[in-house]
Amino acid sequence: MNAPATVADRLSATGTANALELRGVSKLFGALAALSDISITVRPGERRAVLGSNGAGKTTLFNCITGDFLPTGGSIRFFGEDISEFPAHERIRRGLRRTYQISLLFTGLTVLDNVYLACCGVSRGRFSFIRPRRNDALMASAEDLVRVVHLEDAKDTPVSVLSYGQQRQLEIAMALSGAPRFILFDEPAAGLSPTERGELVEILTGLPSHMGYIIIEHDMDVALRVAESVTMMHNGRIFKEGKPAEIEEDPEVQALYLGGDDG
Amino acid sequence: MAVIDESGVSDTEGRKTGWAEQIPVQYWVVAILLLIMPAFASDFTLYQIFGWSFILGMIALSLMFLAGYGGMVSLVQMTIAALAGYMIAIFGDSAITDISQGWPWYVTIPIALIVAMLFGSVVGWLSVRTEGIYTIMITLAIASAFFYFTRQNYVVFNGFSGFNGVLPPNLFGVDWRGSKAFYYLTLFWAVAAYLIVLYLSRAPFGLALQGVRDNPRRMAALGFNVNAHRVAAYAFAAVIAAIGGILLTWQSAQVSPGTAGVGPVIDILIIAVIGGMRHPIGPFIGAFIYVLLKTFSIDVLTSLGLGGERFQLLIGISFLVIVFWSPDGILGLWDKWRQRSDKDPLRDAGESNL
Repeated sequence: MNAPATVADRLSATGTANALELRGVSKLFGALAALSDISITVRPGERRAVLGSNGAGKTTLFNCITGDFLPTGGSIRFFGEDISEFPAHERIRRGLRRTYQISLLFTGLTVLDNVYLACCGVSRGRFSFIRPRRNDALMASAEDLVRVVHLEDAKDTPVSVLSYGQQRQLEIAMALSGAPRFILFDEPAAGLSPTERGELVEILTGLPSHMGYIIIEHDMDVALRVAESVTMMHNGRIFKEGKPAEIEEDPEVQALYLGGDDG
Repeated sequence: MAVIDESGVSDTEGRKTGWAEQIPVQYWVVAILLLIMPAFASDFTLYQIFGWSFILGMIALSLMFLAGYGGMVSLVQMTIAALAGYMIAIFGDSAITDISQGWPWYVTIPIALIVAMLFGSVVGWLSVRTEGIYTIMITLAIASAFFYFTRQNYVVFNGFSGFNGVLPPNLFGVDWRGSKAFYYLTLFWAVAAYLIVLYLSRAPFGLALQGVRDNPRRMAALGFNVNAHRVAAYAFAAVIAAIGGILLTWQSAQVSPGTAGVGPVIDILIIAVIGGMRHPIGPFIGAFIYVLLKTFSIDVLTSLGLGGERFQLLIGISFLVIVFWSPDGILGLWDKWRQRSDKDPLRDAGESNL
């Protein structure tokens, strides 16, 4: 909050600080409380799944963390640094990444150009007037990311002709650009075929172990395979937190999931 | 980075074809035609038709860069051009010796470009937080304010009459207002501006600008400072407009409030729309058509027995016709025609560019 503290905050970022620390975050849309009093702590390298029915506030939570809009109250710390008031691009430059539930891609550009753009955004080359040359470092890392998500065959195709599943993979490649420290995945498996889900799980579990993430996922199978802890949300509040097995067994959670009282 | 390291070295594609072979044959035809034009065209054609088209094309190109790549319709580009013209008149030589400082060209031209760039950045900074119609309104308000300010300020801008006798320097012993010299001078700068914009469209700055146009929220989530990018685009566009403005001032040897009146300000928008905003060649096509209409419609109208002063009517009608048939201007018509010819089964499927 106060300016002199930031140096100490940054020092602590290398040490024991949590990857993500939300304290009493709330978001009001007019009179509607999309989020109320959310407190979440995620350790560096931790992989967390966020479950909850539609309208539980999962995507709103992501939007508040990445700065797509500012929360109404509460504080957000990223590796010890208070980023509550930061604009989105400042948070991204500090190593936070996200994917979108509905693919937000640049449909006029090719797969490679989309990833290249993502790599530019987190580098100093973002204002470069010089076109990438063949040995361009950013372009090389973009090509590598395209390979990581198995899109190398489609790298020169315009995004508009990609299949839905390929677009989801491209979203992930873009979130991996630069040196991400923490990633927010917003329903990456939605609409994927069983084979594509398998590939997705493979990509997520294959990420370097220091790279923590939060994943929003409806599919319990996927969520439980890629996450070591689970946060259950309901009506803008945290409903349950725990290990995947505990959450699965929890009678209240089962009632909520199977009862379908709010669709 | 750890993700990347696993995959080893990227393979390189052997794209060894020379740059000359990559340029389509139409470009060569147009380039050669433009280069040998002075061999057969009249002085009037070179100076008034082509010289003016290149200049207006450059100013419209700066708008095309902002609107086509950045999604920001700025009506202030002609004002920036006029401001650059004023700068070389005020700091350089003109017939108004009371005000003009008489500094050499290598001082005045950089001053003009820098002042124009700063002015463009300030306008950009004011307008990037708005969108669509509001950007148009803000920039139009600034353009009008500039017009009235220069008309009423006699100390610096010499009020209503502005400056006359603003001549290009006699560099290399060439009279740059001679029709052939001026033709090549404007051709050079128009081609340079065109190529730079074309090049920039695929460089990170241009790609990111198009990203900002299509999806500002996503760009912010990739680490781009959206507003800073937009302001930088205004600054770059201002430099192109300023070069056009200096040439325009040399062409008519004068600059006055009327140079950037509301009429000429809107004309730049019309030129860009007629030509098409999707490719940097559009503004030049639009400027050429505009100049032809503006120059010859008086003759056409008088030969039809109508009043010659109604030439604006012809411009307006052509504008309506083109926008009605093709919202993308002449470029849109060209694309439509090409798509139709590409459907011909006897031809190979055309490779789509852009």
